[in-house]
Amino acid sequence: MFDIQSYHKANSVDEAISLLLQNPNSKPIAGGTDVLVRLRQGSPAYGHMVDIHDVADLKNIVQEPDGTIVVGSGATFTDLIASNIITATIPVLAQGAGWVGGPQVRNQATVGGNICNGAPSADSAAPLLVLNAVVELKGPQGIRRLPLHEFYQGPGRVDREQAEIMTALRIVPDDYQCWVASYHKYAMRDAMDIATIGCAAACLPQAKQVGKLRLAFTVAGPTPMRCWKTEEKARGAALDGSLIQLVGDSVLDDLRPRDSWRAPKDLRQQIIKTLAQRVLIQALQQTGVSLA
Amino acid sequence: MNRKISCTINSKSFSATIDVRKSLLEILRENGYIGVKEGCGVGECGACTVLVDNVPVDSCLYLAIWVDGRSIRTIEGESRDGSLSAVQQAYLDTGAVQCGFCTPGLVMTSTAFVEKHQGKTITREQIRKYHAGNLCRCTGYEGIIKAVEKCLSDEDPDGVVPTKSCGIET
Repeated sequence: MFDIQSYHKANSVDEAISLLLQNPNSKPIAGGTDVLVRLRQGSPAYGHMVDIHDVADLKNIVQEPDGTIVVGSGATFTDLIASNIITATIPVLAQGAGWVGGPQVRNQATVGGNICNGAPSADSAAPLLVLNAVVELKGPQGIRRLPLHEFYQGPGRVDREQAEIMTALRIVPDDYQCWVASYHKYAMRDAMDIATIGCAAACLPQAKQVGKLRLAFTVAGPTPMRCWKTEEKARGAALDGSLIQLVGDSVLDDLRPRDSWRAPKDLRQQIIKTLAQRVLIQALQQTGVSLA
Repeated sequence: MNRKISCTINSKSFSATIDVRKSLLEILRENGYIGVKEGCGVGECGACTVLVDNVPVDSCLYLAIWVDGRSIRTIEGESRDGSLSAVQQAYLDTGAVQCGFCTPGLVMTSTAFVEKHQGKTITREQIRKYHAGNLCRCTGYEGIIKAVEKCLSDEDPDGVVPTKSCGIET
């Protein structure tokens, strides 16, 4: 039996917000694959729960008339992989979703939970960062939106107020149309493992040059991180071997990997360089540019 | 902290007042469905896998309250009138069972896979990926994969069939 001190089930986002307001110690539970594990480990932080598992409004994945993709925070990873909208427009997110845990976990775990949990290793985070995803939150003061990279504040810390619910992740057409992107998770096992390093790369090619480049990593710092300096340096670079060299030389300046029992820092640095190059090459292959 | 739930377990209706703090695993075992096993308790081993609306979930990480209005399938419901299901029979035929602790969970995962891919050409890689959330420490998985291949082969499922004849890439 889980050590649950109080339990309230919400049937809508507004109901969840008012339930969260009533108890300042309460937290939302969606898929439960993180929260229930923490509770089992005896963490008192999750004892008061507002259950949003069955809030139907949070599960939708839609494309708005202007092309914006709206991914409901309560969509499971299995939902993301099965969504024709996702696979047709932002397949890199389906790629990331496919690496999460194992099948049973993907059937339960939600993308919103993966992000709100604040783990530096979240498999959906690197793809969402290179897609420039915007987090939408609803709280007592109404709706607010902010870029995902600003939402992350530190290990296990995100910019969600206690009574706010993350409702969706939004990706505008300018961040995916004509872009190519790819993701790779380096881990000790192919399933049921936490990334040693995860890397997503996205590129908007323009006349055989880099129009825009985006690189994001997991487990390479206290939060999932973008590589701003490298991205800026790569702007306008020719799509050839020199770009791959530049990315490999620069990427470590953007990141702060550290030692942990999973892997030492120097191994992580080596993987970061290799993945930055390999994942970018993979992404560019989709445009017919072969740099391998 | 009690709530009333109604669902079906192996096609039989089930209504009960349950403690919201309990997992689906606990509720099932307390009600006699002891084929559902607790292994790791944290969603890593898959021994507690059951199907909720035909989707495999780890019942240890699933609040029992969430099954309200849904249908659950456990290993107890797979054999009918004294005959094993096709998946169970295939597990026997291929030697996919050793100590047996992981078997109920694995059979449920295989059952979901087989039902989802009936009539489709599948690869070994697809089978492996779909079963990646179920750990087996005895068999080395080979018999399990063969059992799934056997169920999806075009041959008579009751006969002894070579696994190569089913359009599976090995």
